[in-house]
Amino acid sequence: MMGRGRLAAWGVGLAALVALPFVYRDPYHLHILVLILIWSFAYTSWSMMGRFGLVSLGHGGFMGIGAYVTALLWNHAGLSPWFGIPISMAAAGALAMIVGYPCFRFRITGHYFVLVTLALSGIVLQVITATRDYTGGSLGYTPNRASGNKLLALQFDDKTTWYLIALAIWLFGIVVWHWVDRSMARYALEAISEDEDAAAAAGVNVTAEKLKITLLSALMTALAGAIYCQYQMFITPDTVSGIAVSLQMVFAAIVGGLFVSLGPTVGAIITILLAESLRIGFGTKAVGWDNLVYGVLLVLFIIFLPKGILGSLLDRLKLQRKVPRAHEQKAVQVARPGT
Amino acid sequence: MGMQAFLDVFDIYLLEAVINGILLGGVLALLALGLNLIFGVIDVTWICYAELVMIGMYGMYFMVQYYGISYFVAAPLTILLVAVLGAALHYLVIAPLLTAPPINQLLATGGVLFVLQSFATVTFGIDFRNLGIRLPVLAFGDMNFSYARLLSFVAALVGMVAVYLFMTRTFTGTAIRAISQDRQIMALMGVDAKRIYLITSALGGALAGLAACLLVLQYDVHPFVGLSFGPITFLICVLGGLGNFIGGFIASFVFAEIISLGGLFSDLEWGYVLAFAFFIVMMFIRPAGLLARRR
Repeated sequence: MMGRGRLAAWGVGLAALVALPFVYRDPYHLHILVLILIWSFAYTSWSMMGRFGLVSLGHGGFMGIGAYVTALLWNHAGLSPWFGIPISMAAAGALAMIVGYPCFRFRITGHYFVLVTLALSGIVLQVITATRDYTGGSLGYTPNRASGNKLLALQFDDKTTWYLIALAIWLFGIVVWHWVDRSMARYALEAISEDEDAAAAAGVNVTAEKLKITLLSALMTALAGAIYCQYQMFITPDTVSGIAVSLQMVFAAIVGGLFVSLGPTVGAIITILLAESLRIGFGTKAVGWDNLVYGVLLVLFIIFLPKGILGSLLDRLKLQRKVPRAHEQKAVQVARPGT
Repeated sequence: MGMQAFLDVFDIYLLEAVINGILLGGVLALLALGLNLIFGVIDVTWICYAELVMIGMYGMYFMVQYYGISYFVAAPLTILLVAVLGAALHYLVIAPLLTAPPINQLLATGGVLFVLQSFATVTFGIDFRNLGIRLPVLAFGDMNFSYARLLSFVAALVGMVAVYLFMTRTFTGTAIRAISQDRQIMALMGVDAKRIYLITSALGGALAGLAACLLVLQYDVHPFVGLSFGPITFLICVLGGLGNFIGGFIASFVFAEIISLGGLFSDLEWGYVLAFAFFIVMMFIRPAGLLARRR
C-alpha cells in the first residue's frame, strides 16, 4: 500500500518534472532528459519480466520492430504513426507470442530461454540488414519529414513537446509497473520464478501467466522503439535492435535495481550520463569507450552488487521492514557472502 | 548410370550448396562443441563465445598480415592466445560467481561480450580486414568449392577428434567427463574441481581459437563479426541440447544445410532467418529433442 507521504512525494516530484521545461529551456539538457525518459521506459518494460527471472535478450528485437515498422509504414505506405505505432506493437507482440509460447509451453527456462531470445534479437538485426533495399541496412533509416500536419505525423521540432510526451510515456510505464506489482499476477509469477512445478501444482497456469507478462513487456518495448524513432528521426539497426541493445537494457536495469520501480530509471540516468560525459570528454575518440565501461561495470555489478544501486540503497534504508523474497535473497547472498 | 547422368538428376547448384553446407557444418560443429563443453562441465553459458573467436581472428590478422608470420606458425599461437583468454574469463568472471544464480553468470559473460566488442572497436577500429590470402578454388565436375572451406572442414574434424581422444584417453579428460556427471562427489574422489574448470575453460577457448584460425580464411574480421555466427551457434546448442555433444554435432550440420540452401535462393542473411524459423517450428513439433540433458 502506498502511504500518504509517498503519494505526496510522487505528486510533488511529478509537478516539478512537468513544470521543468517551462522554467528551464536549455535545449541540450532537455534533449538528454528526453533520451533518459524514453530509455527509462524501455528499461522499465524489460524489467517487467526480468524481475521475475524471465531474462530476455530478445527485447532489442522488439524495440527494433517498433521503430522500423512504424518508420517503414510512414515512408512507404504513408500511414500515420498514430496507426503505425499500434501496428508495430502488434507485430512485436505477435513475434513475442510465436517465440514465447513454445518456450513456456515446453518449459524452456534459464539458459535455454536466454539463448533463444538472444537468437531472436540477432535474427531481427539480420532481417533489418538483409532488407537493405527498404530499411537502408546498417547505414540507418530516416522517416520522411512531414509536409502537412505535424501532429498527424507525430513529428515535433519543439523539445518541450517531446519532453512532455516522453514524460507521459515514462509515467505510463511506472504506473503499469505498479499495477503489475499489486496484481495477482505478481504473486503467480514470483511463485513461478521460485519453483515452476510447485506453482503449477498450486493452480497457477504457468504458460498463460508467463505469456501475459511477456506480451505486455514486448508491446511496451515496441512502443519505446517507435517513440525513440519519432523523436530522433534517425534509426540504425545497431541503436534500436540487436544483442547490444538487449544487453544495454539488462545492464541498466541491473545497475539501477531490478526489483524496484524506479530502478531502471536510475539505470538509464547513470548509463546515459556516463555515455554523454564520455562523449563530451573524449569527443569522437569516445566511440566504443562507453560500451567498454558499460561492460566492465556490468560484470562488476553482477559480482558485487546484484541488486543494483537503488535496490541496495532502499534495502539499507528499510532493512527490518520486509523479509526479502527467496529469489532476491539468493541475489543478496552473492553480494554479501556468508549472510 | 555414369557420373554425368547422376549429376544431371540433381540440380548442380543444389548439390554444390548441399556440399558447401556440410563444409560449413564442420566449423559450426567446432563452435558448438566448445560451448557444449563449457556448459556440460561448468554449467555456465558463455554468451561472449563468438567474441572470443573474433579476438582470435584479429590475432591471426595481425600476426599474418602485420608481422608477416607464416599462417601455420600463427595458428597455434592464436589457439594458445584464445585458450589463455578462456582461462582468464573463467578465473576473473565465472569463478567469483560459481555459487550465484546461473542467470547472473550468463549475464556477466554478456558484460564481457560488450567489453570484447568495444575493446576491438577502440583498438582496431571498425574497418573490415582480411588476411589477403586467396586460396584456390577446387573444380569438381561443374561444381566449384572453396579450398578454404574444405581445409576448415578437415581441420575442424581433426580438432574434434583430438578433443574426443583427450576426453577419453587421458586422466584429465576422464576427470572432466566425471565432473560433468557429478559435481559434488568428484571433490571427494580427490579431483581438484577448480583446476578442472580452469582446464576446461582453456580447452573451450582453444576450440574458439581453432575456429578463429579457420573462419579468418573465409570471412573478413571486424568488431561485430561475432554477431554473424554467435546467434546461430546458440540455436544449434539449444536444439541439440546444451551440454549434449552428439546433439550439437548433428544440429550443426542441419543448420549449416538450411543456411547454405537458403542462401542458394537469396542472401546469406535470409538463410539465417530460415534457420531461426526452422528452430521455432522444431520447438513446436519436437520439444523432446530440445530437452535432452535438461536440468
